[in-house]
Amino acid sequence: MSTSIKTYSKVDYINFAVLMVLGFLVIPMTVSTDYWFTSILIPWLCLALATIGQQVIMGYTGQLALGAAGFMAAGAFACFNLILRVDGLPFFGALIISGLIAAAIGIVFGLPSLRIRGIYLMVATLASQFFIIWVIDKFGWFKNYDSSGIITAQDIVIFGKSYTSPVEMYLVILIVVTILTILAINMARGSTGRNWMAVRDMDVAAESMGVSLLKTKLQAFAISSFYCGVAGALFAFTYLKSLEPVAFDIKLSFKILFMCILGGLGTINGAFIGAGFILLFPVLLNYVGNNVFHGAIDATIISAMEQVIFGVLMIVFMIYEPLGMARLWENLKQRLFKKKNK
Amino acid sequence: MNTTQDRNFKIGNPILEVNNISLSFGGVNAITDTSFNVLEHEIRAIIGPNGAGKSSMLNCINGIYKPQQGSIAFKGNTLSKITPNIIAQMGISRTFQNLALFKRMSAIDNILVGRKLHSHANFLDVAIQLPKARKEEQVNLKKCEEIVKFLEIEKIKDTPVGKLPYGLQKRVELGRALATEASLLLLDEPMAGMNVEEKREMCRFILEVNEEYGTTMVLIEHDMGVVMDISDRVVVLDYGKIIGDGPPEEVRTNQNVIDAYLGVSHGE
Repeated sequence: MSTSIKTYSKVDYINFAVLMVLGFLVIPMTVSTDYWFTSILIPWLCLALATIGQQVIMGYTGQLALGAAGFMAAGAFACFNLILRVDGLPFFGALIISGLIAAAIGIVFGLPSLRIRGIYLMVATLASQFFIIWVIDKFGWFKNYDSSGIITAQDIVIFGKSYTSPVEMYLVILIVVTILTILAINMARGSTGRNWMAVRDMDVAAESMGVSLLKTKLQAFAISSFYCGVAGALFAFTYLKSLEPVAFDIKLSFKILFMCILGGLGTINGAFIGAGFILLFPVLLNYVGNNVFHGAIDATIISAMEQVIFGVLMIVFMIYEPLGMARLWENLKQRLFKKKNK
Repeated sequence: MNTTQDRNFKIGNPILEVNNISLSFGGVNAITDTSFNVLEHEIRAIIGPNGAGKSSMLNCINGIYKPQQGSIAFKGNTLSKITPNIIAQMGISRTFQNLALFKRMSAIDNILVGRKLHSHANFLDVAIQLPKARKEEQVNLKKCEEIVKFLEIEKIKDTPVGKLPYGLQKRVELGRALATEASLLLLDEPMAGMNVEEKREMCRFILEVNEEYGTTMVLIEHDMGVVMDISDRVVVLDYGKIIGDGPPEEVRTNQNVIDAYLGVSHGE
């Protein structure tokens, strides 16, 4: 944020290589329990991707939009229907088209941002959340006229091979998330991201420099929704393994909003840090409850405490470190680096 | 007065013509039936007491306000559908009275936003880093580094501008306007709140830009000394009307101007 590196430095490439080796080799070879893949790594990557979408619109472009889960639902059901109805459409093709469909819907629901801003825009975008879920529930076609309400997602088939084991699904997601993250970083660091941030920080000045507010805002809404749509499809096909509109309710939208804020507004790595924290924190609390207090604390109290602690953390971060955990991480790195120099 | 006949760019024909502009907010008339022109390559000052309609005038030219009456022509084209975005594309850039920087972005990033109209790569080109997008970014960055060097702000180029002192922020804002390579710059009080030293430097930058690139400037300034030093012609506004228009020395001796602006008491 504070330094403007226009080209990628050696350190960036080394970090990237380390992360890739870790993600594609070390984790699949060392993590042996399915639990870690199905309950931690897969949802983490999916939600981090959706959080990047939220970052684009809120962290970078400064538009308070709340409704990421709605676009995730759009992406998920689009993917389901595409695979169901279009013969021979490869999985990745369906995934991209799902993202594009979500993006188109995002543009429509982004239109109010041209007129209203701040908390009022948040209320307006909230409509997308309820509208999308309502449409999917109302018209049976989207659910292929399934009366049970819960549809099983199809298997992921790529080049005739099914990817159904947790490790395989993890690798499929990792490929998608890696590519989309690189694209997001490129945009954020380049002229595209500068236009977003200019609109966020001072829209009148941005316009006077020739930045079209209409184009920039709608572009950000489209890209944000694309990321959410793809994330939603992956989330449904690999984590939920089913498609139910209820899974994409307002609570999930709020969760993604929290991931975005705690991770650090206007940072891409913050999306991963925030998503990881919010997913792992309840696990940690449970672990502490079971192993330190040996079940002396009731499970309901623990889950209530989780809400309280999140709330407090949100307030603390908003006041003391609006740039979130990503900034804390940067500061820590700088301190360690300085010590080394001495 | 700006250095005499041996300028690189001789003052030419009118580049901007403001014809019978009227602007009111509710019942308050900010500008009433005002006309003036700006010649190519000149430095044109707009002066006047507080609330005289100076900033409103710039906001009209820039498309932020829409005058109820009158027309504005730039390079011979009457500006009909005016939005700041379209005005920018026509080659008019500006700075703001109360600083309108992108606070959380670094100085160099702020200046790079000024290159928007020279960036043609779309978001997909940028996302996949096509050679076209990379090359364009390099060219823009090089141009901005030159501006940074010219404005002597190398040391703070990576600092978020929100953390910079006021004088430097003003300089970054000028840099952002310069990066657009606009043919007409509107500077709204570029030296407000500066000390003598900072003012002198800002004057130097403005004169050098005018000398080097022939950029036409319209500037609002309160410091009469500065206005007399750097401007070619001066417009004096009072209560939204023009009460004086001409070279600095002529305006200085104009009795209306002296009464309205310099505050000579009427009792004398």
